[in-house]
Amino acid sequence: MTSNSAQDLYAIQAVDLTRKFGHFVAVDHINFHVEKGEVFGFLGANGAGKTTAIRMLIGLLRASEGTAKVAGFDIHTETERVKSSIGYMSQRFSLYEDLTVLENFELYGGIYGLSRSDVREKSSSALARLGLESHKKSILSSLPLGWKQKLAFMVAQLHNPPIVFLDEPTGGVDPITRRQFWEMIYEAAAGGTTIFVTTHYMDEAEYCDRVSIMNAGRIEVMGTPGEIKEMLGAKSIDEAFVRIARPVED
Amino acid sequence: MAHAVEVRGVSKSYDNSIGLHPTDLNIKQGMISGLIGPDGAGKTTLLRIISTVMKFDTGNVNVLGYDARANYRSIRVRVGYMPGRFSLYQDLSVIENITFFASVFGVEIKEALRRVDDIYSQLSPFADRRAGALSGGMKQKLALCCALVHKPELLLLDEPTTGVDAVSRREFWDMLAKLNKDGMTIVVSTPYMDEAARCSSVSLMQGGRIMKTGAPADLVQGHRGDVLAIRTSQKFATLQLLRTHPNVDHVHTFGETIHYTDRRGSIHPDDMLHWLSDHETPAISAELVEPGIEDVFIQMMLEGSHDQ
Repeated sequence: MTSNSAQDLYAIQAVDLTRKFGHFVAVDHINFHVEKGEVFGFLGANGAGKTTAIRMLIGLLRASEGTAKVAGFDIHTETERVKSSIGYMSQRFSLYEDLTVLENFELYGGIYGLSRSDVREKSSSALARLGLESHKKSILSSLPLGWKQKLAFMVAQLHNPPIVFLDEPTGGVDPITRRQFWEMIYEAAAGGTTIFVTTHYMDEAEYCDRVSIMNAGRIEVMGTPGEIKEMLGAKSIDEAFVRIARPVED
Repeated sequence: MAHAVEVRGVSKSYDNSIGLHPTDLNIKQGMISGLIGPDGAGKTTLLRIISTVMKFDTGNVNVLGYDARANYRSIRVRVGYMPGRFSLYQDLSVIENITFFASVFGVEIKEALRRVDDIYSQLSPFADRRAGALSGGMKQKLALCCALVHKPELLLLDEPTTGVDAVSRREFWDMLAKLNKDGMTIVVSTPYMDEAARCSSVSLMQGGRIMKTGAPADLVQGHRGDVLAIRTSQKFATLQLLRTHPNVDHVHTFGETIHYTDRRGSIHPDDMLHWLSDHETPAISAELVEPGIEDVFIQMMLEGSHDQ
């Protein structure tokens, strides 16, 4: 997939990005950028506005004010090009449970407009990478959650998107598989893919190049894990998170 | 001290899979017992069996002195159960849900609200809101209220903190600690290893089995070999390099550090720092640290897979 992202400095740049629902300001003028090839951790308590912000960035929800460029495309005027330039997976929505592994690759390959031979080539290299060649005809629902999540990550990258959004990709996954998943993230980032990830595991925040912590619709703090800990005088990101992210109840 | 729960040789199969291999577990009265493991570990199956909502294939279960097959009714009035999925009536208001659960257990609503006052006081501003329209944290508090209206002796919670942010998780555990202090026995499942520290006893579960049960401190004591924590600015490269160390046992990331265990049981931090420098990947520091529950869990998972 080609994009004009090469001309842009950043993979993602948000300027005063805002979303209101009636009188409620879910996302309140947030400003940030994500560099190309960076692993960016987007943290915040439940209800802080993370999901709303992500939905605007991936073109599923209109911004009330402000704007953002994703992979060099304007989220207001080039929404469809934004969608084709990103990969997305979440804990809740990943692959089709009643299709086989290979059928999932074929389905998404088709949606992204890949040729049959391209899908075949990419799915076999992805399955080889995961050591799951012998499971290509398995129905997805028969596989352990950790495998499904790894497969979903591979499928999200089928069309070589410059940016992949991962929304709580490791929830409920065992500690070994969780780490293997993060090694896949590192590999993708080393290959130049930008990773935008949310998580409730605070140890995973430490694996990011930079993180932001949202509270009540605003980004309260942003920087490398080391910088954030130093700024807040916290021993861990967990501790920093607790200081910033007082839980928000509507 | 008497056991609130005794599980003997209990197993459960589903159509195409095994939910629980034959399992034994004792939970002492007054404890907070944690069932810790990923999805598919068997936590929900075990909790459902203890709560008597699920039949099991083999073995025996005794809860608060009653047999789960013969006296399940006696168990149900003494046990509170909060399932993993939000299972209240979404179209009923907060107060209607609590009233409903109180009436099922034959408790006056006033008495019910008095019992759950600590938690309900945070919910009362939304008393007339539909349960389905509550935020995640508030749903969780409502579900807890409904599980507590009949003043259970034993409280069973299935993944109450899954998908919940780190701050809300802490506050939820503070609520559990308070209930426990007032004498309630609590069994709680979680995928978050760091929550083990809040339990008096934990069972590490994986693949339908309890791998090990014990006090968190004892489980950590049982970790084989020293853990070397390495701090580096080149995490991925260091991780890959360490896997080629001639004496490596296991390497994994652990928060901001990399944890290394050595087949010889131990390694001097300076030796490791030299080895990394010799391989052109110098680290910032290396020190021996106390293993965490997650280190123990990973070690047990790896040993389990060697046995097969």
